[in-house]
Amino acid sequence: MAREAVIVGVGDVPLKDGRVVGGGSVLQVQARAAKAALDDAGIAMRDVDGLLVAGMWGNPGPGLLASVTLGEYLGIFPRFADTTNIGGSAFEAHVAHAAMAIEAGYCDVALIVYGSTQKSERSRTLGGRPSVLTMQFENVWGIPQPVGGYALAAMRHMHEHGTTQEQLAEIAVATRKWASLNPEATMRDPITIDDVMASTRISDPLKLLDCCLVTDGAGAVVMTTAENAKAHGSRAINVRGYGEAHTHWSIGAMPDLARLTAAEMSSKAAFEMAGVSHDSIDVVECYDSFTITVLMTLEALGFCKRGEGGQFVSNQRTAPGGDFPLNTNGGGLSYCHPGMYGIFLLVEAVRQLRGDAGDRQVAGAKTALVHGTGGTLSSGGTVILSNH
Amino acid sequence: MSETATATYEKPLPVIDPGTKPFWDAARDQRLVIPKCRSCGKYHFYPRELCPHCHSADLEWTEVSGKGEIYSYTIARKPAGPVFAPDVPYVIAMITLDEGPRMLTNIVTDDVETIRIGDRVKVSYDQVTPEVTLAKFTADKT
Repeated sequence: MAREAVIVGVGDVPLKDGRVVGGGSVLQVQARAAKAALDDAGIAMRDVDGLLVAGMWGNPGPGLLASVTLGEYLGIFPRFADTTNIGGSAFEAHVAHAAMAIEAGYCDVALIVYGSTQKSERSRTLGGRPSVLTMQFENVWGIPQPVGGYALAAMRHMHEHGTTQEQLAEIAVATRKWASLNPEATMRDPITIDDVMASTRISDPLKLLDCCLVTDGAGAVVMTTAENAKAHGSRAINVRGYGEAHTHWSIGAMPDLARLTAAEMSSKAAFEMAGVSHDSIDVVECYDSFTITVLMTLEALGFCKRGEGGQFVSNQRTAPGGDFPLNTNGGGLSYCHPGMYGIFLLVEAVRQLRGDAGDRQVAGAKTALVHGTGGTLSSGGTVILSNH
Repeated sequence: MSETATATYEKPLPVIDPGTKPFWDAARDQRLVIPKCRSCGKYHFYPRELCPHCHSADLEWTEVSGKGEIYSYTIARKPAGPVFAPDVPYVIAMITLDEGPRMLTNIVTDDVETIRIGDRVKVSYDQVTPEVTLAKFTADKT
């Protein structure tokens, strides 16, 4: 019988006011998340033979060889490693790569790990990208990155399609409502569209409440074969389809500022592999670095036509009780955003499909779509999961 | 429109490399020179070793008009680091050159609120150090 890869464990670390509870180095918090996910799976650390890591820690330094350093720290000797870093969507790509490795017999238990202590360390330094190679044509202009790149996309989308700032605000408001149902979320107080509109202007048309948080965080996902999952009594979630793509990093090289080409490519591949229709998706977890990211992603994934994202999210459609449950943990906008958020999309989707999501549970969720975006609307990774 | 070139320019400067030196050399002479592909006839920017359209290596540095239009823009209300703080609010724009390629740049203007997508613009050189001249753009009212 062919080997089939499944997700068997997810884990994260508790946060308080956006900081890891109890503190810890970036290696410590990754070890805690890894242990939580393995405990969830009922699988021992010593059985991990595939390690997939992406992060911005320890760089320059041991983070340059991230899986090698983390494997050493965890006390394991992986025979399969993947340090694919395409930005915050890296972990969706890791699920795809782990599935391929497991199904090819290249490893049996794959551990995907991410961690960041950027808030505790005040170490977020994206603005300090050196002006070498491609960045010599970007940094010199004083573009506040990454928000400036997303702002350029938002401005173009508004110009081409008549999208409004109020429509973007709908996303922030709906996401905050989900966060109010998640005790782990950093920002839980309700906000209104007026609050978003009146928040500090950052890079027009984006305002403070259009932007994700800056927090700590760590998460992990464990995958193995369906057969191994059964042997360990794990609560397995099926990986039905996946796809990835990237198009540019320099915002000046984005093929079309009003169109998320990478997500169009990755989601098309994932839907074809999964053989499911959009109608069968019960819950969507998509990267919300900024409100515009969500709007462009929904269009690119095909849940609405190009240019109709603003109308699609209006009237709190994506909020609790709406007909399109989206970013049910409160997202990067209100739950946490440690720099590369994609791992938490997977963690939340698995919790929803297992019925473990508490007050924010989407009743009867059977199929979930996870979509990560990385860089400056640069990369996309789509994963379709189901519990049947 | 040019800022006075001084030794104390503290904003990020390009780390010029062999693949980009002809562009920066020309900018210092107040000329906008970018690669054009002899194979497919298209221009591109930033400069690459292979044409990103057809992947030919048969490229030539070609002077362009320095005219184009605003494809998108943002007004920075918060600076990209303390060195840009005195400039707030300032405009970062992506312009489409008449020859086709897009460039990220600053729009030099007295009133950031008047900038619109589709505005015609022309190059406006800003010599920021003896080595580096930035190709900024300004409204083209001609």
